[in-house]
Amino acid sequence: MTRSLYLRYEILRTFRNRRFLLFSLGFPLILFLVVGGANRHASLDGIAFPLYYMTGMTAWGTMIAVVSSGGRIAAERQAGWTRQMRITPLPARTYFSSKVASGYLMAGLSIVVLYAVGIGLGVRLSAGQWLTMTGLLLVGLIPFAVLGIMLGHLLTSDSIGPAMGGVTAVLALLGGAWGPLATKGVLLEVAKWLPSYWLVQAGKTAVGGQGWPAEAWVVVAVWTVVSCVLAVRVYRRDTARM
Amino acid sequence: MAAHNIAVNDTAGGIVLSRLSKSYGAVRAVQEVDLAIAPGETVALLGPNGAGKSTTIDMMLGLARPDAGTVSLFGQSPDAAVHAGRVGGMLQTGSPIQYLSVRELISMIASVYPAPLPVDEVMRITGTAGIADRSTTKLSGGQAQRVRFALALVGNPDLLVLDEPTAGLDVESRHDFWTEIRGVAGSGKTVLFATHYLEEADAYADRIVVMAEGRVIADGPSTEIKAKVGQRTILATLPGPELPALAAIPGVTSAQRRGEAVVLACGDSDAALRELLARYPDARDIEVRTAGLEEAFLELTAASSEGGPRR
Repeated sequence: MTRSLYLRYEILRTFRNRRFLLFSLGFPLILFLVVGGANRHASLDGIAFPLYYMTGMTAWGTMIAVVSSGGRIAAERQAGWTRQMRITPLPARTYFSSKVASGYLMAGLSIVVLYAVGIGLGVRLSAGQWLTMTGLLLVGLIPFAVLGIMLGHLLTSDSIGPAMGGVTAVLALLGGAWGPLATKGVLLEVAKWLPSYWLVQAGKTAVGGQGWPAEAWVVVAVWTVVSCVLAVRVYRRDTARM
Repeated sequence: MAAHNIAVNDTAGGIVLSRLSKSYGAVRAVQEVDLAIAPGETVALLGPNGAGKSTTIDMMLGLARPDAGTVSLFGQSPDAAVHAGRVGGMLQTGSPIQYLSVRELISMIASVYPAPLPVDEVMRITGTAGIADRSTTKLSGGQAQRVRFALALVGNPDLLVLDEPTAGLDVESRHDFWTEIRGVAGSGKTVLFATHYLEEADAYADRIVVMAEGRVIADGPSTEIKAKVGQRTILATLPGPELPALAAIPGVTSAQRRGEAVVLACGDSDAALRELLARYPDARDIEVRTAGLEEAFLELTAASSEGGPRR
């Protein structure tokens, strides 16, 4: 079995789906150009606005990119394709890891494009800072990838579009991806328990020269573990019924 | 053994289902089904909708867990046989996924099998070469069916399971389709297909297994099953003779009168027709009909439950 070949087709399918490409790349890009361009000399929350907004938009776009594998899973379940794949030698873990990998690749594309626009708007970071920021983003996306798989097995292909849009929008908003949060108060305390908050903070953390605080790692780990447990439960229930 | 040259894998043991049962809530979908299929055999699973054919197939393929009983595919569990790439299936659902061409989709499935057939050869056999570059979303019903057959075949499996493969096809495409399947069956693969057309089962299977209400009610060579299930009826306008005289004609099992017409149920309609015309040359408007399959199933079901009380 040639897994790399299977993955290649999975990636091909992901990138031919223009709708997801529009949501994960198009919308954040337009917002960044319009809002970031207009406020390129401002600063916010202690850092330059273009950098703040670049991480916000990247967090939002990549979040959609990795969650969107759920949409593909839901559509394949609905079409009976999941059953078809279950009678081939393809292990379930390869099926899922290919979905996650293609989601991450789409996220990678968003990152590259939005970084390029950021540089155009005056964002200047050292190589170490770029790497730290990108590394934290990629780690912070893990719970979203698992969440996508769970939603894919929970919802139908009709309802998953709005559900994914809603979930990512709420998490992006509360996490501060669209604009700054209050610097203190209940909302901020709530936000700190969301993985999206730490995605958005990746840029600020990188500028500070350190990694995430311990709190961030705990939040991301807890969300990952809880999503995994729920995803396994939903997957088992779903396949047992088939 | 020359006859087994083609088979690369050890297919010893064939397919064995023993005392397989499965219920969905109060519905007893499959009840104590026993079935053994020898390697290389082509078997039709014949039955009306709701007979338990698909549930039996799901359990064979490891898609559903039996409540009781066991499945052995060439001496392995369904999961192990599937994982080893020895199984190819065409399920009732499973429409080709989007954003790929036909060739790409077949190649994608080929990539997950350990020893697939060349994609071009599969497309030639299944008649999909002409639509190789077409998007999977732009296929007619018949084309989609061929693509699904190609997906079942491309892994070069030892066992090919086809669940109502010609459902929704017109008569002509159905015929073409079976010609292809027959070519594949001739290459030494074990083939099980479900259908509710007696003609299909008769024409393309070595053996027919009849299911009704979750049970196997008949199992044998197609000639034998056809004699049981494929009873014919002669209809004729014939005002004169009394019913006992008609029923006494060789080949006739029972006679009924409907006004001027008579209805003769036949075990051997050919013999009965010859004798009918010899004895009653004035018989006219003669029709010979195959008994409806639904009626035949009812008859077989009734016959199978006469042996003892239904559990």
